[in-house]
Amino acid sequence: MTPFQVQLFDGEQVRLMAFNPEKDSEVEARWTSDPDFWRLTSLKPACPLSTAQVKKRREAWEKEAREKRNRFDFAIRLRADDRLVGYAHIDSLEWNHGHAWLHLAIGDPADRGQGYGSEAMRLLLRYAFHELNLYRLTTDTFEYNPRGVKFLERHGFVLEVRRRQAILRDGKRWDEYRFGLLREDWERPGK
Amino acid sequence: MNDLLRGELVRLTAHNPETDAEAAARWSANSEFGRLLDSSPYWPMSLREMKDNLAAEPTGFSFMIRVLTDDRLIGFVDQGMAQPQHGETWVAIGIGEPEYWGKGYGTDAMRVALRYGFTELNLYRVSLGVFSYNERALRSYAKAGFKVEGRLRRALHRDGQWWDEINMGVLRSEWGL
Repeated sequence: MTPFQVQLFDGEQVRLMAFNPEKDSEVEARWTSDPDFWRLTSLKPACPLSTAQVKKRREAWEKEAREKRNRFDFAIRLRADDRLVGYAHIDSLEWNHGHAWLHLAIGDPADRGQGYGSEAMRLLLRYAFHELNLYRLTTDTFEYNPRGVKFLERHGFVLEVRRRQAILRDGKRWDEYRFGLLREDWERPGK
Repeated sequence: MNDLLRGELVRLTAHNPETDAEAAARWSANSEFGRLLDSSPYWPMSLREMKDNLAAEPTGFSFMIRVLTDDRLIGFVDQGMAQPQHGETWVAIGIGEPEYWGKGYGTDAMRVALRYGFTELNLYRVSLGVFSYNERALRSYAKAGFKVEGRLRRALHRDGQWWDEINMGVLRSEWGL
């Protein structure tokens, strides 16, 4: 028996698991045909991707993870039936500073508001701070996404930067918000 | 119209990997310069690597900085256009010759780069990141018109201490006021 009693990848409702590009790419491609999905997760122009494009992108990320060891990708799956509901990843990792960026999304609007994202975030934070031994995580969200802001604040992230009017969407300028979370704040009891 | 790439002390010129790599490799052998510029672990670049680096397909608008009086190559300034649809670039600048530090050459080059960004690229805003131990750069960027927009707390660990990455930005509506 090991001293480790923690199941790093298991939540109550979801698990962090590997991607299977053969099977998952079709689901991920479906998410990209929803412009809201893009606008909630990315500064890039919304652009529907084919299954083949998504698969190629996944494979490129796998290669990057293997060669540079600067990213960790997880599929968020339901424990009940293994269905893919989202992704969670850590990237732009700088080992010398213990710093990385974190990204998490639930793909289908019908799967949002079920607690899947919160559970996956708790698992991902523990993985980042207690397995990768990172010191700090950075992530961003946008002024027009108050739900995203609340989500990050609930998990202890602090708004650190407002990049003024950095986003132009639907003819309006919006701020990009950058959030940070330090390991010592995450570890503090009663956080 | 005035010469778009000419400032009061410096002008911005094209990259020439063949003639510029030697100076750039020498700059990269200075760890103080390397740590002011970049968060990656400091590593001196060989002449070969620097040549390849300079010859690589540019992802944005890259210039060398030369002194007006004697044409001496003293640094570089790059603007990367990650998301052109939002009208924004991220700018990186380095004065590699330490005897030109603190004398206004970098600020002048940044002013020229901003004029290029706002009047030629028609940007809406220009952004940069700077480390909290680089006080000279912070003063220079403020002089060129950048405002602090926040700090990524303890994003760097160097010489046994934590430092912040400070994010700055300047909007076209603020520029040149």
